Amino acid sequence: MYVYDEHDRQIAAERVAQFRDQTERALAGELAEEEFLPLRLQNGLYVQRLAPMLRIAVPYGMLRSDQLRRLARVSRDYDKGYAHFTTRQNVQLNWPALEDVPDILAELAEVEMHANQTSGNCIRNTTTDQFSGVQTDEIADPRPYCEIIRQWSTFHPEFAFLPRKFKVAVNASEQTDRAAIQVHDIGLQMVRNDAGELGFRVHVGGGLGRTPMVGPVIREFLPELDLLTYLEAVLRVYNRYGRRDNKFKARIKILVKALTPEGFAEKVEAEWAHIKDSPTRLTRDAIERIQSYFTEPDYAAIDNATDLLAKQRFENRGFDQWLSHNVDTHKKPGYAIVTLTIKETGTPPGDVTDRQLEQIAELADEFSFGEVRVTHQQNVVLADVRQDRLLELWQAIKPMGFGTANLNTLTDVICCPGGDYCALANAKSIPVAEAIQRRFDDLDYLYDLGNIDLNISGCMNACGHHHVGNIGVLGVDKKGEEFYQISLGGSSHHDAAIGKILGPSFARDDMPEVVAKIIDVYVDKRTEEETFLDTYRRVGIEPFKERVYA
Amino acid sequence: MPDVIFQDGSIQPDRWTVVPRPAEGESLDIPEQGQALIPADLWLAGYEHFAGNDAIGVWFDSHDEPEILAGKVNDLPVIAVNFPKFSDGRGYSIARLLRERFGYENELRAIGDVLLDQLQFMKRCGFNAYVLRPDKDIEKAARCLNFFSQGYQAATDTDVPLFRRRAS
Ligand code: HEM
Ligand code: SF4
Repeated sequence: MYVYDEHDRQIAAERVAQFRDQTERALAGELAEEEFLPLRLQNGLYVQRLAPMLRIAVPYGMLRSDQLRRLARVSRDYDKGYAHFTTRQNVQLNWPALEDVPDILAELAEVEMHANQTSGNCIRNTTTDQFSGVQTDEIADPRPYCEIIRQWSTFHPEFAFLPRKFKVAVNASEQTDRAAIQVHDIGLQMVRNDAGELGFRVHVGGGLGRTPMVGPVIREFLPELDLLTYLEAVLRVYNRYGRRDNKFKARIKILVKALTPEGFAEKVEAEWAHIKDSPTRLTRDAIERIQSYFTEPDYAAIDNATDLLAKQRFENRGFDQWLSHNVDTHKKPGYAIVTLTIKETGTPPGDVTDRQLEQIAELADEFSFGEVRVTHQQNVVLADVRQDRLLELWQAIKPMGFGTANLNTLTDVICCPGGDYCALANAKSIPVAEAIQRRFDDLDYLYDLGNIDLNISGCMNACGHHHVGNIGVLGVDKKGEEFYQISLGGSSHHDAAIGKILGPSFARDDMPEVVAKIIDVYVDKRTEEETFLDTYRRVGIEPFKERVYA
Repeated sequence: MPDVIFQDGSIQPDRWTVVPRPAEGESLDIPEQGQALIPADLWLAGYEHFAGNDAIGVWFDSHDEPEILAGKVNDLPVIAVNFPKFSDGRGYSIARLLRERFGYENELRAIGDVLLDQLQFMKRCGFNAYVLRPDKDIEKAARCLNFFSQGYQAATDTDVPLFRRRAS
């Protein structure tokens, strides 16, 4: 994992001092509210329904155990003792006091954490696949490139006041996309060209929110050394020509659509031609230097524990289920990737207490070289667990609430904080998630249904990624009352698609039943091997409409 | 007379008058005395007349394209870029283009809604003079120009990004 050197430490310390100064000037009335707003947003500080909200960056999802412990302490000392994992691999605190934020940032800086650019109209935290570096099918480890982008985008002087927020995601697996890159402003897919050289396929102009779009490819192959200069060209074109007259039309996706992807790509190429060979061009040394932080941990030379696991799972059905669903294969023999689903029914998806944060830190130290990753599905990954210790791990996490073996099933819901915390919400979303989880409490049935992404947002801003849920739920407001609109067929993977709206919205109490009917249609229509999405794609939306509105 | 802050933090009276774009049918109203900044396209339109006049500079608005002055920038003693709103970041790109692409060497000043917390970004993009919005405390400008002792990126102030400095 990346470790700060003296330069990073100095910049982080200067940032804290700067924000302290800005906060003091804001509190003294020297900065108007509208002048302080972008400054505090660029430090992760929102003002919310009940209190400020602080969004802390977790670059590309990686956390060390000391950082988890510090997050626990901060949430205990400055907040109500819990935090929230978000769909952008960040951590949110919901109740800090404005005056305390500089101190919180100082505490975070001590463990190489920050809240830089987690909000505001600038380049946000770069996200990636939580299984980076440990899976078998990736082109190369994307995390060094994410760190390179993090450094380049941090306080970039030209791009701190963009027309709108800007998000970059990187994916390196050919088989899967766990980073939802096609619904980001820039999505980078790592590829190799015919000559075997490493590079990126560049998608630009995806995004959710009011006008959801899947980002088209604007360059099939970008050599890795050109990464930053090309990003700089894209951002410069966007900064100069993105719309600023209307906040809803200010995202890069609107510009790409207006110019057409080809037209946009031409403008970027023209800009890039001027800066391609500028000093911002990466060097082999620079990449290798960053890569040296992401080397393999000290794996033991062991064989797959096939016999042992077969015996253990035979003797213990709960363990067997967990192994089948929450544990993935690892590139190293004898190791496994474990996902702790933070989805216990009754707990808002992604919510963790200070104690749980400390427990995760202990698990990381004990089982996974002191590191974890947070996922955009609001779960936590222990990426390097010895297979012969899986049973012990499973027994440890059950009482902590992380043992629910429902990864990627219908109850592994992605859910925004909605009306319970968020000032922008049209409707609550947490109780909807909970009601659906209660309705589908039979694990065997869930397993039979297979992978289904159910995503819930409390408003059009789409923090819960509802557009790309196989089943998406959107809170809508009708004359002051909360209703829920359903969309079907969304996907955030390589086959990315925006879901189609089923029809008129439903009252909250009806939601579990409506989802149950949708599932019934799938169960009726599916063929042996089909997932929910496959069936939907084959039969279309009509059969679902008929059943639900019958 | 308002003051200008220079790169080194020094503060001096502003001797330049910004001449607004004339309305349809009107002509430019350049003051008889002193130094004037006129819209860049109008300067170009009257190039024969203006070039070499050290009392005339130009200003760009945030949506203007600095490309129109390619090859001619160093005929100007001062170029100003207007920030109609501090949150309109187009001026930063304009500044970098003027400096890095067109090789502009003289005074580049930020005008308009220029606030303290943006000064360092402006500096890194190539501005070297700043006319702060009048209600802001000019005494704090020097500190705000230098909150950070270094940056990660190459920009106009340094063509050595941190990754290259680390290598050396
Ligand atoms: C109370 C807290 C929150 C507030 C006020 C908030 C606010 C917003 C706003 C204003 C947008 C606007 C999007 C746009 O540009 O169209 C947005 C988008 C988004 N938010 Fe949140 N959010 C909050 C919590 C969260 C949480 C908890 C998550 C993760 C679970 C999250 C993840 C996202 C994502 C992924 C988007 C992206 C949509 C896109 O690509 O356009 N947010 N949020
Ligand atoms: S989707 Fe809407 S309600 Fe939910 S967190 Fe985002 S802004 Fe708030």
